Amino acid sequence: MTEYILTTSPKLKRRHAKEARFKWYGRIAITIALGFLVLMFSAIIFRGIGAFSQTKIKLEVSYTESIIAPDGTRDPQILRLANYKPILTAALKETFPEATSRKDKKRIYKLLSKGAVYEMGKRVSNDLALIGTHQTIWVTASSDVDLFLQGKVDAGLNENLRKLTDKDIQSVQYLQHEGLLKRKFNTTFFTNGDSREPEMAGILGASLGSFFSLLVCFLIAFPLGILTAVYLEEYARKSKLTDFIEININNLAAVPSIVFGLLGLSIFLGVFHIPRSTPLVGGMVLALMTLPTIIIAARASLRSVPKTIREAALGLGASKTQATFHHVVPLAMPGMLTGTILGMAQALGETAPLLMIGMIAFIVDIPHGVTDAATSLPVQIFLWADSPEKGFVERTSAAIIVLLAFLILMNLLAVYLRKKLERRW
Amino acid sequence: MKIDMQQVSAIKPPILSAKNVDVFYGKKQAIDSVSLEIPENQITALIGPSGCGKSTFLRCFNRMNDTISICKVTGDIQFAGQDIYGPKVDVVALRARIGMVFQKANPFPKSIFDNVAYGPRIHDLAENKAQLEDIVITSLKRAGLYDEVSDRLHESGTGLSGGQQQRLCIARAIAVNPQVILMDEPCSALDPIATAVVEELMESMKEKYTIVIVTHSMAQAARISQKTAFFHLGKLVEFGDTEKIFTNPVDQRTQNYISGKIG
Repeated sequence: MTEYILTTSPKLKRRHAKEARFKWYGRIAITIALGFLVLMFSAIIFRGIGAFSQTKIKLEVSYTESIIAPDGTRDPQILRLANYKPILTAALKETFPEATSRKDKKRIYKLLSKGAVYEMGKRVSNDLALIGTHQTIWVTASSDVDLFLQGKVDAGLNENLRKLTDKDIQSVQYLQHEGLLKRKFNTTFFTNGDSREPEMAGILGASLGSFFSLLVCFLIAFPLGILTAVYLEEYARKSKLTDFIEININNLAAVPSIVFGLLGLSIFLGVFHIPRSTPLVGGMVLALMTLPTIIIAARASLRSVPKTIREAALGLGASKTQATFHHVVPLAMPGMLTGTILGMAQALGETAPLLMIGMIAFIVDIPHGVTDAATSLPVQIFLWADSPEKGFVERTSAAIIVLLAFLILMNLLAVYLRKKLERRW
Repeated sequence: MKIDMQQVSAIKPPILSAKNVDVFYGKKQAIDSVSLEIPENQITALIGPSGCGKSTFLRCFNRMNDTISICKVTGDIQFAGQDIYGPKVDVVALRARIGMVFQKANPFPKSIFDNVAYGPRIHDLAENKAQLEDIVITSLKRAGLYDEVSDRLHESGTGLSGGQQQRLCIARAIAVNPQVILMDEPCSALDPIATAVVEELMESMKEKYTIVIVTHSMAQAARISQKTAFFHLGKLVEFGDTEKIFTNPVDQRTQNYISGKIG
């Protein structure tokens, strides 16, 4: 009988080695990529996690009517902006009886956030019954106190190089010792607009700005993109003109986003006089930017619908439009939606074009519609990253975490929709 | 070309007739001056080697070639005495009269019911829900599928077996109540048992419908058809009674094809 060689020959061995090597290259590449990702996430989370809680100081305050509402008014609007500073100083005096000098009092008052008076105003205007009562409340501390509590202030450093003086640190340590300091979940960060004070700054304004911009962007780009794709793919005869359009759509997808910003500046703001800095114009610019992405994705998913489905419908006497909208478009919808969501996610992270149309302004108010001046999440991150106050460092990372969370959510939605709506044939 | 026209037309006027039909794909000529008359309520088979143009010719009858932008059809094709390429003809109305079943079963990824109901719905054939249900059930019964699927009408049509899917496509075509059903190699993707079922079905359908079938299988043509047309290189070589074509062909090329020498 012939003896066949079934064991590994040197030649086969080399082939196996090649395969093994290639597998390892792949594994190494993935490990490096994952490593960078983990590094990025952990760095951002490590820096930003502090911003999700906030230091509060426990104070015994008396809402003395003669100070808050000397004329006896109960109008929440007026009470919101009433004079609360004396109340807070009085409360601090009880906590620090030894601070009698004017300088000391001033120094101790600075342990509180500059926004503490507004907090008081909000409290009172929300609950008028507080006036004339005596309450124990937690007041937001200044950003420097917060940083100290997180161990981010080096007490060994020369006193002149840090914002908290040695005396401040003593006071803080006293408060800590008495149990009058606490770090609580930072609701301010999620309910406020931008602020000059890190401890008062929040991302609600920027988030809503982003939301309204994306809404406008979606309302414009989705129907336009889908209809363009359907027309080009299903109706348009192939000609020089459609080739030209196709090339230009692909080119548009590669145009740097700041160019769209310039276009928005000169056309939307310059010619049509759409109000500056608003989500309306921001959304329009983002729509221009997203449109090619949506068109390309939609065309690809229309192309992936088998020709047999079109033939089946046409063969039954369906008109072209019926075949397209009853069968082809629904089948292509998961792909179209995925493309749209990915385009929107790209738009959510876009900063450059928004700078051009003035969405970079410092805006404290929360936008309530598409025509209110607003900023957006990435622009807010840019603004905070640029701020000198140390407290903004962690706010910046925290805002990045929020932005990433939204992006991940949108991508998950895309995956979910694709899985849910996908039909096999 | 030898056509026994007198004999055919003596019985009944043909439901479909083609005169000097040429089909071009761009500059390439796929069909060269084909004339053919298809008798009513019979099965006509178009046979020939791959690429001979038989499918292209079939698709002229319901103007499916219109969907291919580079395809151009000239000549005269009449359905029941009307020129189907005439200026006033609406392809949508034409395709409702001349249905089609394709090579690969192509049910919509919808329920079995919706697959069959789609045609009647778009053509407003049913006045109410009960009538629509009636059409669907009748069509499924005519396609010999009803007994197999009666308990799962609302499950996806793509979940059926290949043969069932093809019969579903036939039911879908029947539901529009056409006069002619064009079949483009309907059994090429089916196993012999499913093929036998579909063939039996065609046999029973010819009482009500005229069937034109393109097939690769000469055996199938011989089994089911009354008329056979043999195409070669875009030309109609021979057309006549199936029995005659297979037992006593006039043309040498036909002889060669049916004996397996070409194709």
